[in-house]
Amino acid sequence: MPEDRTIQELGLDEYKFGFRDPEEYFFKTPRKGIDPEIVAMISKHKNEPEWMLEYRLKALESFFSKPTPQWGGNLNELDFDEIYYYIRPMENQGRTWDDVPDDIKNTFEKLGIPQAERDSLAGVGAQYESEVVYHSLKEEWDKAGVVFMDMDSGLREHEDLVREYFGTIIPADDNKFSALNSAVWSGGSFVYVPPGVHIDIPLQAYFRINAENMGQFERTLIIADEGSYVHYIEGCTAPTYTSNSLHSAVVELIAKPNARIRYSTIQNWSHNTYNLVTKRAVAEENATVEWVDGNLGSKLTMKYPAVYLTGEGARGEILSVAYAGDGQHQDAGGKIVHAAPNTSSLITSKSISKGTGRSTYRGLLKVHEGAENSKSRVECDALLLDENARTDTYPYIEIEEKKVNTEHEATVSKVGEDQLFYLMSRGLSEEEAMAMVVNGFIEPIAKELPLEYAIELNRLIQLEMEGSVG
Amino acid sequence: MLKIDNLHAEIDGNEILRGLNLEVGEGEIHAIMGPNGSGKSTLSNVLMGHPRYEVTGGSITFRGQDVMELEADERARLGMFLAFQYPSEVPGVSVANFLRTAVNAVREEELSVMEMYKLLQEKMRVMEMDPRFAERYLNEGFSGGEKKRNEILQMLMLEPRLAIMDETDSGLDIDALQVVSKGVNELRGPEFSAVVITHYNRILRYIEPDHVHVMLNGRIVTSGGKELALTLEDKGYDWVRQEFGSVA
Ligand SMILES: Nc1ncnc2c1ncn2[C@@H]1O[C@H](COP(=O)(O)OP(=O)(O)O)[C@@H](O)[C@H]1O
Ligand SMILES: [Mg+2]
Repeated sequence: MPEDRTIQELGLDEYKFGFRDPEEYFFKTPRKGIDPEIVAMISKHKNEPEWMLEYRLKALESFFSKPTPQWGGNLNELDFDEIYYYIRPMENQGRTWDDVPDDIKNTFEKLGIPQAERDSLAGVGAQYESEVVYHSLKEEWDKAGVVFMDMDSGLREHEDLVREYFGTIIPADDNKFSALNSAVWSGGSFVYVPPGVHIDIPLQAYFRINAENMGQFERTLIIADEGSYVHYIEGCTAPTYTSNSLHSAVVELIAKPNARIRYSTIQNWSHNTYNLVTKRAVAEENATVEWVDGNLGSKLTMKYPAVYLTGEGARGEILSVAYAGDGQHQDAGGKIVHAAPNTSSLITSKSISKGTGRSTYRGLLKVHEGAENSKSRVECDALLLDENARTDTYPYIEIEEKKVNTEHEATVSKVGEDQLFYLMSRGLSEEEAMAMVVNGFIEPIAKELPLEYAIELNRLIQLEMEGSVG
Repeated sequence: MLKIDNLHAEIDGNEILRGLNLEVGEGEIHAIMGPNGSGKSTLSNVLMGHPRYEVTGGSITFRGQDVMELEADERARLGMFLAFQYPSEVPGVSVANFLRTAVNAVREEELSVMEMYKLLQEKMRVMEMDPRFAERYLNEGFSGGEKKRNEILQMLMLEPRLAIMDETDSGLDIDALQVVSKGVNELRGPEFSAVVITHYNRILRYIEPDHVHVMLNGRIVTSGGKELALTLEDKGYDWVRQEFGSVA
């Protein structure tokens, strides 16, 4: 890809198409760091109702009062005073190709992404071609009463719904980073699916043209009303980067009785990013929530999607895959809370570590008293690509009910010399052989993704592996 | 085609191959017979370039080229193939997916998806395999017989110039043995040579060898025509030890 072409020429920027008033994009907080004045400025800039400002300010207090967590990954180098807390996407994402960091450029080049696919690279802007698709889909959604918009618009256009549910699944003071997000959130998606409505085509964040797709502090709220179904795909598999080094999102899902939500994410952060995300779902009676979560890139990721099974017969599933290359720490896993009888859950976690990379599975399985006849299975598999790579497993289990059935299985495997030799004896290079073993390892998760995402996931892992082969 | 000259190889400091000589011409089928532990699998692995073995002397020339410094994949691309005695499992990778990658890796021109599909269907028919087999994960949960059939299927797909078959017959019932032999005979011709390594005479009724060699303690101790296999069957490996133990 020639470096002298701008993002605009490449068709990757969103404002080129006049979807928005360009001035909006020039807003940025006047200084780094965070205080009530900055928070008020953000809220004012967005013309928010008074209650949201109060919510933000209260969250800020909570953020200040909480110490930086000392468990999980090392957060001690994260300097909260060195971050801009509100930047419009254009500033955030680099205006020209020259502003894009080199490692990201190389990745684009190596991916050999055709123009059509570049349009889906949410990390550098929204999509033009998908506009047509989006509009025809949007008509359908509108007819069915489905709401799908960015969170800022959601607050403006559906204030009552937002006010009713916002922060109810993840209270601002849940943890230091949910508090931070609650104080400075911007962007993210707001989705409401009316009772009985099944959305067959996944809602993809990149279809949401007017949205600030990949903000640093995005906030997503999805409400699936009784008996409805929605598959939401977050962001994009393309390398995502921020000029700042902290990404801290909050995602809340509510599945009403008999509803089903599937939420898929594949993220590939640049290697200087702290990716600290709180994701939590509530599944009411006979509802199902599934998190499919792929974590690549970043310096440190701490992410444990959770499902609270609050209604009888509810089901939760968490599938996660993480890749930790040199210098990276993926601290990921899942939490399931059984709070009603006859609930069931499955956690499948796969991690790959290479070089000095480190992957941690951290999971919580909790069964409350009275959640009888609940079933749970936790399976975490780690694959080490070489001698130095490291993996740890912290499966916390708290069970207060006797009539339950829980299984836990953990495996650690290494790519064996014999396995590689076998594949190489069929003509595959060492890298290809390694990639094949890795792709096979994550296959149980990749097959749960729409095909193009599965392919992208495999390709990205391959690229990350090549990068560290040197 | 293949020339092995005074080959010495060791694993973890133990010398296993101790001056092995063998020459295989174009279109020839050679059988190597020998008791357990004589070094047959070691020879197979060394020929294919397994990194765990160290070659300490001698040479291997394949199609006029010294292959000693080549990695396994380079040898495969030159046309060498090893049917493993114990093939590895690769969970999550389907037979079809694996074969697609492998065939395109050894071929100069990639096959289209359609061509690949046809080729696979055709070869699976030869091997009397259920088409659904292609969707199973490579060697995972395969029975002994399925593994061996799958090795020969790979051979048919990759069309090597030289196949080394390490005890492909072991553990096969008579039906499977016939199918496996059919697979090998399918490739037989002036462009294809094979080294059939076996413990027993059985498979040689279906794959008729041009030459038979007896291996003992890391060397070929005697060679002959196919009648040597019959002699061996008659007299057993004790006879070999008595007769050639001092040579070896
Ligand atoms: N890692 C090892 N260290 C030492 N000796 C080994 C090792 N692996 C195999 N051997 C020995 O090498 C010899 C030849 O083994 P192998 O080639 O498998 O024989 P065959 O295939 O003819 O039965 C055997 O005596 C075996 O014990
Ligand atoms: Mg053997």
